[in-house]
Amino acid sequence: MKKKFFYFDFASTTPIEKKYVFNAMKTYFSDEFGNSSSLYSLGRHAKIAIEKSLGQISDVLRCKQDEFVFTGSATEADNLAIAGVAMANKEKGHKIIVSNIEHKGILSICSVLKKQGFEILELKVKKNGLLNPKDLENLIDNKTILVSLTYVDSETGTIQPIKDLVGVVKRFRKEKKSNFPYFHTDASQAALYLDVAVDNLGIDLMTISAHKMYGPKGIGGLYVRRGVNIKPIIYGGGQRGSLRSGTENIPGIVGFGEAFSLARKNQKKETIRIKKLRDKLEYGIFKKIPKVILNGHPTKRLPNFLNISILDIEGEALLLYLDKLGIMVSTGSACNSQNLEPSYILSALRRPYEFIHGSLRFSLGKCNEDFHINFVLKNLPTIVKKLRAISPLNLPLNINKKVSEPKAFIGGQTPHFF
Amino acid sequence: MSQFLKQHKISIKNPKVVLSGMPKIKIKKTKPDIVNKFTGDKWVYSKIVKSHFFYPKNFLVGDIKKLNFDVEGIIGSPACGDVMRVWLKIDPKTEKIKKFKWRTFGCASAIAATSILSVMVTEKGGMKIDRALKIKPQDIMKRLGGLPDRKIHCSVLGDKALRIAINNWFKKTEQYERIIIEGSRILDPNTKVTEADIEEAVLEGATTLEAVQKRTKVGIGYSKCILEVEELIKFYREKYYGPDKK
Repeated sequence: MKKKFFYFDFASTTPIEKKYVFNAMKTYFSDEFGNSSSLYSLGRHAKIAIEKSLGQISDVLRCKQDEFVFTGSATEADNLAIAGVAMANKEKGHKIIVSNIEHKGILSICSVLKKQGFEILELKVKKNGLLNPKDLENLIDNKTILVSLTYVDSETGTIQPIKDLVGVVKRFRKEKKSNFPYFHTDASQAALYLDVAVDNLGIDLMTISAHKMYGPKGIGGLYVRRGVNIKPIIYGGGQRGSLRSGTENIPGIVGFGEAFSLARKNQKKETIRIKKLRDKLEYGIFKKIPKVILNGHPTKRLPNFLNISILDIEGEALLLYLDKLGIMVSTGSACNSQNLEPSYILSALRRPYEFIHGSLRFSLGKCNEDFHINFVLKNLPTIVKKLRAISPLNLPLNINKKVSEPKAFIGGQTPHFF
Repeated sequence: MSQFLKQHKISIKNPKVVLSGMPKIKIKKTKPDIVNKFTGDKWVYSKIVKSHFFYPKNFLVGDIKKLNFDVEGIIGSPACGDVMRVWLKIDPKTEKIKKFKWRTFGCASAIAATSILSVMVTEKGGMKIDRALKIKPQDIMKRLGGLPDRKIHCSVLGDKALRIAINNWFKKTEQYERIIIEGSRILDPNTKVTEADIEEAVLEGATTLEAVQKRTKVGIGYSKCILEVEELIKFYREKYYGPDKK
């Protein structure tokens, strides 16, 4: 028998929807294995499959089919957007504006570009998790070629005022009669729940990912508005209008299209259902457990996100106790990361380290039902009580002002190898 | 051959000699899971860590004021993510640790490390404090069946908290000559540079041996300590600035 599990990490990844998405993908693994670049029938079938998927995706994005490029992941799409635009427009300027809550796929490529002489300007979020369009206005100048701001951050689910931010860029372009800066947004988390029609948003480039919307892993994509000057980062046989060479991942592409159009079909109903569950979870946790704080914006938040800090206990310990019961969540605690650094997104919200270590992210999805929430609400308070019993801490709730400096790490602690 | 198979955990089912003379081997199927590289356990932590994490032993229950302990020791900071607090009861005649209670804020390995330390010092009628002072993080790790690399720092704190508590006991019983001052261990007898000085230098941006030497003159007249200093710099550099890029 399968062990029962309660999955609350849909922001990390989602299962492939079986009935429509997985079934549609199946034949393309072995029966319809053709290379879309071939002229014979199998190749043509593959090409038709890609076109169908592009049709489904462009319907949702309300864009032209040739404006969408498949990539191997959202990270690759982010890299393509940033490095591709930077390399193609070096002569026009050397400044790129990103927020400090971007996905690592953006921040990492930016630090590479920095070494190559580009200037990376950081737009900082406010304490409530929102970006301020006014701050953006002050950062943009003639040398700015690209502004890349996330639609929704991946830890608190806070929804950015993307239209206002785009508005700033558009006004600047109109004033200077320039095509720059371009505006890119990472909509990997947002695409399932929010408006991603490119003309409504006014963006020039947008990243989306299949495995966040009940599609397969290993496939993502970048919307590139016609006329945007961009260079590839992968060179080869010239597939996808030369912007992304490499034989297409047909099953992935098929799954992506099916998943996206299916998800959008049920979007309204699902949003209401998920929000109800999330609110129940949130209300229940705050009612049953003392000393909990909410991370991110209280209302301007994706309907499936709940990021909280439970004080006096550590996230990894909590996570493993929950895992023992089959409840799967994620944490921003340093102990859970490879480099022992606490979550940079929660740090950007100026949460003290003490709070970040106790952070827990629930992200709900379509597999969650009412009894899942009840199960968590029944068990979480007990676990918190146990871990608090063995914890020596009793932190005050209002240490928001004081953000710990690295100095706080000193405590007569000599390293362990002596 | 059999030793080879044993070493690589290959089990042979009905070994048959085939034409080439090689036994037909079947590799045992395992479920994909996280594997501890030290023990081969299919969890990120060893079985011992797991049991001490889920069923911690000797942690302090109830009101400390009523429990009448001799001394306590505390180490770590909530910002850093680990805090350990230990309470001891020491028999003054035999100098054996009779009781060791603790509370820990931290991840699974931190909790398990304190729990197993409490067992180590209280088992078999209690450990003598002279021996307890010599407990190294490596000893705790050994008892835990290993820890993932990046988790090693957690086990470190337990032995330190214990040493601090014992130092406090020395103070309380007025045995000042026995107190060991931590963090101020002198690395270079000429310049009197301590571990804490190195840590501070790294924090202030001196992340290479040259930079630290510029600041502290450590090891310039005493090259014996250079290796240790380099290791310390690496430790603090990775601690405060993230892992070195390979």
